Amino acid sequence: MSFNTLAEQSRLIQAIRDDRGGQVFLLILLAVGIVVPILNLAVADGSVMHLSGYTVTLLGKYLCYALLAVAVDLVWGYCGILSLGHAAFFALGGYAMGMYLMRQIGSRGVYGDPVLPDFMVFLNWKELPWFWYGFNMFWFAMLMMLIVPAVLAWLFGWFAFRSRVTGVYLSIITQALTYALMLAFFRNDMGFGGNNGFTDFKDLLGFDLHHATTRMVLFLCTVFMLGLAYVTCRYIVASRAGRVVQAVRDAESRARFIGYKVESYKVWLFTFSAVLASIAGALYVPQVGIINPSEFAPINSIEVVIWVAIGGRGTLYGAIVGAVLVNYAKTYFTGALPEFWLYALGALFILTTLFLPRGVVGLVTKRKDNTA
Amino acid sequence: MKPMKKLARWVFPDRRARETGVDISHQTILYLEGITVSFDGFRALNDLTLYINAGELRCIIGPNGAGKTTMMDVITGKTRPDSGTAYFGQTIDLLELSEPEIAQAGIGRKFQKPTVFEQHSVFENLELAMSGIKSVWPTLHAVISKPQRERIDEVLETINLQDKLNYRAGALSHGQKQWLEIGMLLMQEPQLLLVDEPVAGMTPQETERTAELLTSLAGKHSVVVVEHDMDFVRSIAKTVTVLHEGHVLAEGSIDEVQNNQKVKEVYLGE
Repeated sequence: MSFNTLAEQSRLIQAIRDDRGGQVFLLILLAVGIVVPILNLAVADGSVMHLSGYTVTLLGKYLCYALLAVAVDLVWGYCGILSLGHAAFFALGGYAMGMYLMRQIGSRGVYGDPVLPDFMVFLNWKELPWFWYGFNMFWFAMLMMLIVPAVLAWLFGWFAFRSRVTGVYLSIITQALTYALMLAFFRNDMGFGGNNGFTDFKDLLGFDLHHATTRMVLFLCTVFMLGLAYVTCRYIVASRAGRVVQAVRDAESRARFIGYKVESYKVWLFTFSAVLASIAGALYVPQVGIINPSEFAPINSIEVVIWVAIGGRGTLYGAIVGAVLVNYAKTYFTGALPEFWLYALGALFILTTLFLPRGVVGLVTKRKDNTA
Repeated sequence: MKPMKKLARWVFPDRRARETGVDISHQTILYLEGITVSFDGFRALNDLTLYINAGELRCIIGPNGAGKTTMMDVITGKTRPDSGTAYFGQTIDLLELSEPEIAQAGIGRKFQKPTVFEQHSVFENLELAMSGIKSVWPTLHAVISKPQRERIDEVLETINLQDKLNYRAGALSHGQKQWLEIGMLLMQEPQLLLVDEPVAGMTPQETERTAELLTSLAGKHSVVVVEHDMDFVRSIAKTVTVLHEGHVLAEGSIDEVQNNQKVKEVYLGE
């Protein structure tokens, strides 16, 4: 979305001005965007202040998850659509990026085939499937990264919301969606590398993916996209359309009876959210260097919802806090006490639900009681 | 509806409600003819025929289960009847429109239980209800214009909530919520208002004000009120329709209706 007209710009400024938590978040994000490159690239390797490439990648990963969490919070926190399938859109974006990266490998693969990715040579395929055409071009791959999840989300939303499927039934169908995609992507004959997925990437737009500068640029792209997504989401939720969406969450039939086509709002919000998730996935894959069907696993989508719940839903920045906190905890636990991670996550979720219904950010923000 | 037409409606739900407005050249704004609605064999509405004149204030009374709320559901598109026709003015077939389309065409509804957007402020509730374009893209960029702002202030005054405009609607008292909902109805600028038990849970003063408000609306709008409170009905209604078992039992002035033998039997329990 572009903010061209004066009215839109002033609306945007107002949307940010009314959002104290968001301001804090954007400032922290800006600081991260400045400090991390300095500590990583300018500070000498041996110094205690030096930030390793590993840490940068880890941070980049957290920020991708944060973007995914923002996407989920937008539909769940603001519209009450509890999507337990958003990891599917994340994975689709990842696959689109992965397809481009696979084509970039070219003849440097193990089998040295100039066109076919290694797994196709291994499967004894003679030519590139039609749906791989064009993915050697970055712009095309990125266009597909936006279009494919958008179309899927739109169709899914259109069928589900037109039929007025809501609540737990909708959540179950979203789980089915991601599970079905996982099963499909596991199949070798789908042409997406089966259970191994894609890995062993070499470069992106000609830049070596293993080079520190490339990785830093990817990290900064993630920072930028997260900031942009945040501001755009904020613009949406602070607009009248955003208020309609929240009205649908609180009293759907009332919204219908005052003349809003509830389905249209849900479909567009869901589609936009899916695109955000997809962008997160596309940024994630070159940084972690692998994409495989396990990204579609139903548990992944559920985890995202847990991040949002722990951070505090319906605030956008809460989702980011939740995603970063939980994933940091995950990194720590899976290193220190791997067998306890899932218990810890479960306990965390239960405790937040019981004692912090407004999430971690609810601890610091004042509850609005009488005034909205 | 024929299956193909039904399919087309399902595929293209966003067809705009007719822009021509309601045609009341025959002085009748609402035609319900032979409406029958069954739920699992129970006939909530049984061959109901009812006409509402333009500018009229009509009260609908009837014992529980008489079909009052179901009738409103049919008019507003929530429930589709098994048979019968429902026309808004001369031209608009209500049975072909969805709930938002009916609302856009000019029928506003107040629920029995006050239903406002509890997390939004009073002001935002009125803003959302405001008549105008209600599709996604325009509302994303909508800004309140000066006349719109004035309109909201005017309604705030009418419903006596001008000092509460920044209150969260959920924090209002029951009676204030009832009024906010009536205010939302006014913001929609409907031709026909359907009001389900507007004074339930109101103090006598609030009831009196509500009666004044509804009476003042008649003329410019047509108002249909469903109410149990007979004193209230007496204070506002010229014409009363009695529903019983999904059918019109009697119609006339309140005195005529109260003296009607059939009505006494089924409703007043005499």
